[in-house]
Amino acid sequence: MNFPSNPLPVQPPRVVVTGAGIVTALGIGWEKNAEGFRAGKTAFRQVTLFDVSRQRVKMAAEADLPEQMPATLLSARQSARLDRASALLLLASVESWRQSGWEPSEDIPVVLGTTSGGMPLGEDYFRQAVRTPRLHRRQATRAFHYQAHSQGRIVLDALGLGGPATIISNACASGACAIGQAWELIRGGAAEKVFTGGYDVLSQLVFSGFDALQALSPTRCRPFDKNRDGLAVGEGAAMLALETLESARRRNAAILGEIIGYATTIDRHHLTQPHPEGNAAFAAMSQACAVAGITPAEIDYVNAHGTGTLLNDDAETAAINQWAGARAAALPVSSTKAGIGHLLGGAGAVEAVVCLMALRGQWLPPELALATPDPACRFPLVMQPRDARVNTVLSNSFGFGGINATLILRRWA
Amino acid sequence: MSRIFVSGYGAVSPAGWSAAELQKILAAGKSLPIQPLERPGWEKRLRTRAVPAPAARPAFLAHPRLRRSSPITHYAAGALLESLARLKPDSSRRVGLVVCLQSGCVQYTYRFFEEALADPATASPLLFPETVFAAPASHLAALLENTPLVSTLIGDPATFAQGLALGADWLRQNRVDLAVVVGAEEINWLRADALWHLEHAAIISGGAGAVALCRDVEFSAGVELSAVTKPQSYSAHKSRIQAARAMREEFSPVKNELLCDGLGDSPRTDAPEIAAWQDWTGARLSPKIILGEGLMAAAAWQCVAACATVAEKKFSSAIASLVGCNQQAMGVRFQACPAPDKSDTL
Repeated sequence: MNFPSNPLPVQPPRVVVTGAGIVTALGIGWEKNAEGFRAGKTAFRQVTLFDVSRQRVKMAAEADLPEQMPATLLSARQSARLDRASALLLLASVESWRQSGWEPSEDIPVVLGTTSGGMPLGEDYFRQAVRTPRLHRRQATRAFHYQAHSQGRIVLDALGLGGPATIISNACASGACAIGQAWELIRGGAAEKVFTGGYDVLSQLVFSGFDALQALSPTRCRPFDKNRDGLAVGEGAAMLALETLESARRRNAAILGEIIGYATTIDRHHLTQPHPEGNAAFAAMSQACAVAGITPAEIDYVNAHGTGTLLNDDAETAAINQWAGARAAALPVSSTKAGIGHLLGGAGAVEAVVCLMALRGQWLPPELALATPDPACRFPLVMQPRDARVNTVLSNSFGFGGINATLILRRWA
Repeated sequence: MSRIFVSGYGAVSPAGWSAAELQKILAAGKSLPIQPLERPGWEKRLRTRAVPAPAARPAFLAHPRLRRSSPITHYAAGALLESLARLKPDSSRRVGLVVCLQSGCVQYTYRFFEEALADPATASPLLFPETVFAAPASHLAALLENTPLVSTLIGDPATFAQGLALGADWLRQNRVDLAVVVGAEEINWLRADALWHLEHAAIISGGAGAVALCRDVEFSAGVELSAVTKPQSYSAHKSRIQAARAMREEFSPVKNELLCDGLGDSPRTDAPEIAAWQDWTGARLSPKIILGEGLMAAAAWQCVAACATVAEKKFSSAIASLVGCNQQAMGVRFQACPAPDKSDTL
């Protein structure tokens, strides 16, 4: 039974990461991405996936898919039908899975975050339905596979898992919320291991939507720059293998880091605009610290949501200033969206992996495009690549609709 | 073990804007009339059962956040507020909100994408935010005063049971005082067309259902959430029929129980659920045959009907069998519990 469930553990178990996989426009896999994030590389180019000729902005961070996908347990038919979203998710999943050393199982829940699932398939459905309404070829397949739980099914089948698969769609906080929910499942005694992460692909609808809102930067995405003028969108996926410390030790598994805190709050101010003082973001950071049992003084780096829009960065700046207090003056902050764009439902998961990279490598990811830090920022922005002592990091993710999520990760040494 | 109770429920469906109207139509047992839905460029019309206009304009539509929102949010708000109506407004009560969707905000998505393809320069920036799956939950949270936890789950209709389990867990951990689980869908021709491609016989419908959960028996509506089965995911190793049977096997037999199943007008889609419950000899209710294929809303109606039937003391317990179309099978059991001996409003 899912309910009634087991009694809550007297002492919640510690939750560690034993596998991580990542795909962004910087490349496929931990190594290429770590190299790119450490150097502050950017990966924007003219969009080729759909027509942007009449859009105000024409750049995004497209990921390159490999010519051949890794071998999995998918059938030949499933492999041949993989849509772009499933392919990105699968690449991240396979990397994370192999690193974890887990075996196929009926008892490993999967928790995924996404905003739009297989939206490009839905767009193809729309175009054919409108332009050639009497042509039904492939429409049933598109209607079936564009749904996010179809991508979840791909993960289950590819890795030999029995589920359940839970799909969270809390807008741009989806990836962080998925990891947070997975963390809570383990802490609450409902599972010993959970496979979790987030993904999203570039789609014409979402690109056009941000362009219609005039939220896309017509120049360069520069989060927390005084002259910032918008965000850039990207695509990608990241997956994490989470398990109890006891399980990881029992297996003698390599541990990449520990998740020690998570909180989610809601900002009711507006559907798309955060409260100007960032009160829900402040609450998310404060609550996550309280859950972790630490203070801002113990945080060594903040991976900000930092979209590069005026409103988001203003609100997040206010929230970080308030939350960090005196610590702000020496607390390094950056937004990796400057390099790979905003990955929407994938953002929180990808940024959690970037945090693991920083913890493992003892460096901070810079924003090279940042020229003039916004004077409202009382914290130092990471503008150049640098090594640093990093033991505990905090990652923010905020979404349309007001869901705010904060994750706190700690180095495993 | 923490016990979890149902403090209220609400429904917006082709039967009308309340759980009472839903129950009345289901009790009559007669399928609602089908309306044709025009599909541009094709003379063959699609079939639907639509939500009727409310008898009076709901007061919540005056809320600034709901003025431009789409019907799915209106349906969800109607069901949500009805589910909380038994309880006195109390801003100190922490309400957790889980919104479950399958197709989601299809009306504005269709309109926005149509505009974007025609001319991106004039596509409405007001429409785009309403296309996001998280939009209804955001609007509902704005309607309520104290919602520390809000989440949107997407998936096939069995996801509604995942939502109930999540809400129960929030209560168990004392993170909220009430948890409301809402399932909602809206209709447009594109969604109906997609469903037609998957199942020609299906008659599409829209609406919402909500079940409010609480920890304290004194707030209960005489109904307890007694079980949510383990999610039985469809996979390469588990077919829909195997998953449906595994779900059914989790329920031990009890006397005087109602089965609120998910059978509709789609023989192919219904086959696994028919097989799973073929030995069921007790009473049975099939809301989708009467109301249409409402996807997540229909799953919510099944649960609302199960709760209402138990609350009305017609049965001592009821099972909602949620055999989803392409993700998982889950089941939920509600049973009678002592209702507080108080006035209607607590």
